[in-house]
Formats: sequence, structure tokens, C-alpha cells
Amino acid sequence: MTTTTDVDFRTRLQDWIPKLVLSPSLAAMLVFVYGFIIYTVYLSFTDSKMLPSYDLVGMENYTKLFALSAWTTAIINLAIFATLYIVICTVIGLTLAVFLDQKIRGEGFLRPIYLYPMALSFIVTGTAWKWFLDPGIGLEHTMHLWGWESFSFNWIKDRDMAIYTVVIAAVWQTSGFVMAMFLAGLRGIDNEILKAAQIDGASNWQLYRRIVIPLLRPAFLSAFVILSHLAIKSYDLVIALTGGGPGRATELPATFMYSYTFTRNSMGIGAASAVIMLMTIAAIMVPYLYAELKEKGQ
Amino acid sequence: MTAATQDTAIRTGRITRTFIYLVLVLFALFYLLPFFVMLVNSLKPLSEITGGNMMALPQDWTIAPWASAWSTAQIGVEATGLKPFFLNSILMVAPAVIISTVLGALNGYVLTKWRFRGDTILFGLMLFACFIPFQIVLIPMARMLGLLGLAGSTPGLVLVHVVYGLGFTTLYFRNYYSAFPTELVRAAMIDGAGFFRIFWRIMLPSSGPIIVVSVIWQFTNIWNDFLFGASFADLDSMPMTVALNNLVNSSTGVKEYNVHFAGAILAALPTLFVYIVAGRYFVRGLMAGSVKG
Repeated sequence: MTTTTDVDFRTRLQDWIPKLVLSPSLAAMLVFVYGFIIYTVYLSFTDSKMLPSYDLVGMENYTKLFALSAWTTAIINLAIFATLYIVICTVIGLTLAVFLDQKIRGEGFLRPIYLYPMALSFIVTGTAWKWFLDPGIGLEHTMHLWGWESFSFNWIKDRDMAIYTVVIAAVWQTSGFVMAMFLAGLRGIDNEILKAAQIDGASNWQLYRRIVIPLLRPAFLSAFVILSHLAIKSYDLVIALTGGGPGRATELPATFMYSYTFTRNSMGIGAASAVIMLMTIAAIMVPYLYAELKEKGQ
Repeated sequence: MTAATQDTAIRTGRITRTFIYLVLVLFALFYLLPFFVMLVNSLKPLSEITGGNMMALPQDWTIAPWASAWSTAQIGVEATGLKPFFLNSILMVAPAVIISTVLGALNGYVLTKWRFRGDTILFGLMLFACFIPFQIVLIPMARMLGLLGLAGSTPGLVLVHVVYGLGFTTLYFRNYYSAFPTELVRAAMIDGAGFFRIFWRIMLPSSGPIIVVSVIWQFTNIWNDFLFGASFADLDSMPMTVALNNLVNSSTGVKEYNVHFAGAILAALPTLFVYIVAGRYFVRGLMAGSVKG
């Protein structure tokens, strides 16, 4: 690579090997990700029903999609779910991380307890919480047995409240992971800065608000990106916890897409809903990834 | 995270500390409670669950629900228990994890030590692929698996998981290798070592931590996947998560909650085991990659 005189067959081969090694992954990526995206986008403009069809119908699927009350419900549910999920996970994660960072005895014991739910499948989480929240046998029943007769917690059966049970279960699963991200951020902060501010007479509250939280900005950003990505993709948890019900009350875009495509024989509308989901995620991810890559390129 | 000097320099009073401990313990209970309830109730006979208190320990300890969940419970039409699906999951996870990790390591090595024009754009494309909602590929993937003759088979699922896991494994190895001294690679090149020899002799021996991260990440994600399993598997290749969901939601007969819980814990055991054995390395490695960047 250093001189031009030794450009024999061997070195030329050496120049090609890296690209050859990369090419299967690259080809897979181009076909299975970008090719498939183009295919689904194309289908969203066709009259595909049970099977893909290639007859274009313009924007018809998108018009139909946004006229469907089930889709409106799914979008509203996603907005409620994503907002609460992201905010609550961030608050709990940050609180636990800051508390754990106070030279806590037993940190090594507590940390895995906070983190283990992220090792579980959403199907397992959903199974556990579905039962735990079932008024007939779970929490409500137990409270009654313990003598708190008036205790009532039947959100999972209530059309207006069921989406909040999805939030509870999802927060249970992921907030410990967010804690770990913030804890890593906190441990990366130089203690000398804090000591200097203490000498200047800053209170603990001021230290956190003025110095620590601003320094955690990268952790906030990572947490936001990961959580919003998880929220938009949420599918398994709803299936296991509520099955989209009661009625349609906990339908999310991911469950909507699946049922319209595979069980209701409206592949065109299903494809259109998938395209909307992709565009939502791209709007969040592309600026973030662009900034990340640009920073690293420097 | 072990050294005490890494802790914050902030000092707190006694009342504040009591409050902090209280909150930390309450949250520990919040995280433990659902699992405790599942475990306790999986060891009770059904009558004790429907009639009794979910928080109470079993009066009549039994492992019958576990035996039933494993080998005799009704999944779909046949009373096979979860055993065959557990094996399906293992047959799917093992090759998918190995292939995607090996490819990710090679990709990361190329993207950091054998850079060429446009490699950042390529990496950007791979990175974005990590974050697509999988709904966007479900329809064409079903067609493609059919065309390849892999529909409803374990090799088909392996292919799907390798393809959609590659972005993450490449990301991990790229971030890790970019901190690896390029001078060493240069020196080896000047000594006449080729592409694979450098990878084998120089890169791999120091890749332990990131291999752990990649394997745990892939293992957890693939084992826990439900969407691809539900979309592309048939009865002979159905993974554990899908079978568990069928078991729990089957509408026929009495709901055997204790069997459901035993099944749910069985489905969780492999990832919990991996997490308990190697979890600390995972969090550490993951943070090194994602927060510091």
C-alpha cells in the first residue's frame, strides 16, 4: 500500500479482499432492507388485497387509511403510550441512577434487580402483568383478601384506561435499562468539577440542576432515541397483555399493520400503515444518526 | 463500576439517605413483584390460585405445572408441551447468533482498518437498517422466503435474524475496533501479513469483551423475538415465544394459570441465565459503545 512498485497480484488481491468480505452483508442489506422498503412503498400504492397486486391506485390506500377509525385509535394510542413511556422511563431511570450514585451500600445487589426485566421477552412480561392486573385474581383480588374492600383497579378491562396498563408493563420492562444508561453517564462525569462547585458553595440541588443534568445530555439523547424506537415498534407486549383489546382499545400501529395485512386481506392499507411507521421512525433516527456519524468522522 | 472513587463527590445528610434507600428498595420490590408472583403461583395447584391469594406461598407445593408446561400442555392442536418449541428456538438462535457475530466482526474490521471511499455512507445505511420498524419488511420477506423455499422453516428464520441483526453487530464491532491501535495493523501489513491473518492473530485475540456484547445482544433479541416467529414460522419451526403466547391465549378449557406461569418462566430462563452469567459485561460494553460514542 505504500509504494507503487509492488503492485503484484498478491497485493491487488489484498486490496480486493476487504470489499469482498463486506459484500455479502452489503448485498443482504440492500435487498432485505432497502429493496424491501421500496417494494412495500410500491405495494402501498397498489390495490393489493390478500396477495400482492401491481395495479397502481394512487393515494387511495392512504386516504382510506386515515379515514379508518381503527387507525385513528392506533395513532392516538401510540401518542399516549409513547409520551408516557418515554417520560416515565426517563424520570424513573434518572432518579434511580442519581440515587444509586450516592455511594449506596448494596448497589451490586440492587442493579441486577433493576435490570433483569430487560432480559425477558415482552410476551413473558405481558403474561405476568396481564394476570397481575386482572381484577378477578390479581392485585385487586389480593387487596380485597387483605381487607381493603373498596380497592379497585380494573384498568385492563376498561376501554378508556387499558392503554395505561400497557404503559405500566412497558415501563417495568425498560426503565432499569434507562437507569443503566444514566448511571454510565454519571460515572463518566469528572468529580473535580463537582468538588470545585461545592467549594464555591453550591447546594446538591444546584449541582445536579446546573452541572450534572446538562452534562448528561448525550445519555438523555440516547435514551430518547432508544425509547421512541421501542415505542413505535411495540407489538408483542400489546399482543400478550391485552390482545389489542378490550375491543380495539389498545390497538397500536404495529398491531394494526399486522391485522390489516395478514388477517383482514387489505395488504395495500397494511403497506401504507407500515410506510407511515417507517417515516415516523426515520424522522427521529436520521438526524440522530447523521449527527453521530458526523461527530465520529471528525 | 467497582471502584468507589468513581462515585459522585456529593455528600448527603442522614434524612436524605434514608429517603434514598427507601425509594431504591421500593423500586426493587416493584421490579421483583411480578416475577415473584409468577414463580410462587407456578408451584401451586390451580385451586389455590383461583381461590386464594396470589402473594401467599403455596400450601401444597407442586412441580406438576412445570412438568405439564414442559411436556404435556396443549399448544395449538397437539398436547406436546413447550419442549419441541424450546428446541426450535435453540436451533434457530445458535446459528443466527454465530453467523451474525462473525459477519459483524469482519464488517467492523473492514470498516475501521481497511477503509475505502464511501465507507461511512455504507455504515450509515447499515446503521439505519437497525432501526427500521420490521413491519416495513414483513410482506416482501414472506414472499422472499417462499421464493427461496425457506417459508415456515428454521433456516428461513435464521436468515431473517441474521439479516436484521447484522446492523447491530457491525455497529458494535466497528465502535470497538475504531479504538484499536491502527499502527499495530499497519506494522503487521508491512511484515507481509494478509487480511485474514491480521484479523485472526491481532484483532480477534483482543475482541473478547465486544464478542460478549454482540452474542448477548443477539441471543436476547432473537430468543425474545415474537413478530418474525409469528409471521414466518409454521408448527414445526415455531419458536418458544410464539408457542408460549398460544399456550396462554388458547381459549379451550380451563385456564391453567400455574401452567402458564411455569411456561413463561421456562421461556425466560435462557435469557435470564445469560444475563445473570454475563450481564455485567453486557451493560458495560453497551454503555461504552452507545453513550461515549
